[in-house]
Amino acid sequence: MSHPRDRTGVMDRRDLAWYADRCAQVLIFAGGISAIVFIIGIFVFVTREGLGFVFGPLDLGQFFSSIEWRPTSDNPGYGALALMVGTLSVTGLAMLFSVPLSLGAALYIGEFAKGKTREALKILVEMLAAIPSVVWGFVGMSIMNPLIIQVFDVPVGLSALNAGIILGLMAAPIMTTIAEDALKAVPDSYREAAEALGATRWEVILKVVIPASKNGLVAAVLLGVGRGFGETMAVLMATGHSINIPTSPFDGVRALTATIASELGDTATGSPHYGSLFTLGIFLFVVTFLINLTADLVVKGIRKK
Amino acid sequence: MDNGYAIETRGLNLWYGDFQALFDVDLGVKKGIITSMIGPSGCGKTTLLRTCNRINERLGYVRTTGNVFVLGHDIFADDVEIVQVRKEVGMVFQRPNPLPISIRDNVLFGFRLHEARMRKVPAGEEAAVLESALRQVLLWDAVKDRLDQPATGLSLEEQQKLCIARLLPVKPEVLLMDEPCSALDPAGTEAVEEMIWQLRGDYTILIVTHNMAQARRASDECVFMLLGKIIEHGRTEEVFLNPLNSETADYIEGRYG
Ligand SMILES: Nc1ncnc2c1ncn2[C@@H]1O[C@H](COP(=O)(O)OP(=O)(O)OP(=O)(O)O)[C@@H](O)[C@H]1O
Ligand SMILES: [Mg+2]
Repeated sequence: MSHPRDRTGVMDRRDLAWYADRCAQVLIFAGGISAIVFIIGIFVFVTREGLGFVFGPLDLGQFFSSIEWRPTSDNPGYGALALMVGTLSVTGLAMLFSVPLSLGAALYIGEFAKGKTREALKILVEMLAAIPSVVWGFVGMSIMNPLIIQVFDVPVGLSALNAGIILGLMAAPIMTTIAEDALKAVPDSYREAAEALGATRWEVILKVVIPASKNGLVAAVLLGVGRGFGETMAVLMATGHSINIPTSPFDGVRALTATIASELGDTATGSPHYGSLFTLGIFLFVVTFLINLTADLVVKGIRKK
Repeated sequence: MDNGYAIETRGLNLWYGDFQALFDVDLGVKKGIITSMIGPSGCGKTTLLRTCNRINERLGYVRTTGNVFVLGHDIFADDVEIVQVRKEVGMVFQRPNPLPISIRDNVLFGFRLHEARMRKVPAGEEAAVLESALRQVLLWDAVKDRLDQPATGLSLEEQQKLCIARLLPVKPEVLLMDEPCSALDPAGTEAVEEMIWQLRGDYTILIVTHNMAQARRASDECVFMLLGKIIEHGRTEEVFLNPLNSETADYIEGRYG
């Protein structure tokens, strides 16, 4: 429309702002969409590479029940049970160690520490999260390994226990941060009300703060579990990488992720071995997806009703 | 020592960091009656109230000098258990703040804390305590069929009544109320006011209000504060009809806003 006022400077400025606004909208939309596109892309890629094998040569019964992982042998076996148990045992040990540690740290930071101490601790926890996983693996190999041998008087220190401790330390920052967020989300008026009713600090925490932040705390633990399932390098370095159903924490094990990382480079694209590793990938993808989804639902409190 | 005061402060000063909010407050709140506290915004009413159960200490930067006696006991003395002080002195906040648990658990929260420290409570007793507390705040009939539903689902008026009800099972001597009706609509205000009036005699009540009519209608004595000091304290009719102080008169006649 050619209304005379369209040519005034005021109108031009509005047009510019309008275009900028439009651009920003498109960019943000593209950003949001691309995240989804990438996730779907990865999923499609992993499944396409793996599914051919899953529905072809793979015996699913064997995959879940056999511990014979011999993909390169003349008589190949694709039993992933030992790998699953390996991942599970390492993650389980990690959580045993890490859940009390992280929740305790979160409680201390969120409910007790004040001012500078609190800020310093939060920064430290975040720094802990930034340590690359290969460094953790290094710690497992060169510090924990001799330490475990010495303290427990066992022949090897690269074991489920070693990896569990390392993984526990690695998962602790994210669990602490999320648990602390959950505690922070509890309105202070709840604490004040309980204190005014004569509750001590601990009674406030046990009877009010923890129940009120239960969902967030569960989500924190689940995300820690998810972190444990997906961790690769540190686990590869600290477990001993031996295919084995562990009977004690001192046994070496091998994790799903570590298997993929250590073997994929040596396989020919499209070979059964290649397909079997992608099958492990699909399995991991599905499990971590389910864990994260549960964590998400718990945060939103959908599980409550 | 029993001098008829439920709460007595002597030379009470209070600082938030460097800011002094109370100046040399001497106040005697008589047992068994309703005392209202009025004064312009920021004069220290809430601060004085929150000092009487030491809940102010949650803020790390609060410092006090002087004494506060509850039933003759110096609540700042070293051997005083803060938990006991808060059992004797219940508090109702400006915004209803029920805990995010069921109605039943809210009412029994303090009771369970205090009684469980000393003895095992039979289940039947809890039910009786629950009903009596809710009846005293005129809430029983409204909630008796949904005791296990979350308290946060109640209306604001019901929530505030519940917040008063949960103080009663531990048999406090004093109830501190900080503008308990300010978040309510007129009908809710009237209902809660009427209920508070019914508690008169069983408890010593110190109530802060911005509502002159409410102070006048529903209190035996009235305290007027200004800039952290107590300007006037006397029988409510006296304070309203013949204020001794010109500042009190100005405030009551609405010249402070
Ligand atoms: N947590 C705090 N930190 C610092 N200063 C505070 C704090 N709480 C209150 N004050 C200050 O202390 C003075 C008294 O505040 P108080 O809340 O006791 O007033 P009040 O009489 O209750 O006011 P109102 O009628 O608005 O509720 C005010 O000047 C206020 O700014
Ligand atoms: Mg106030």
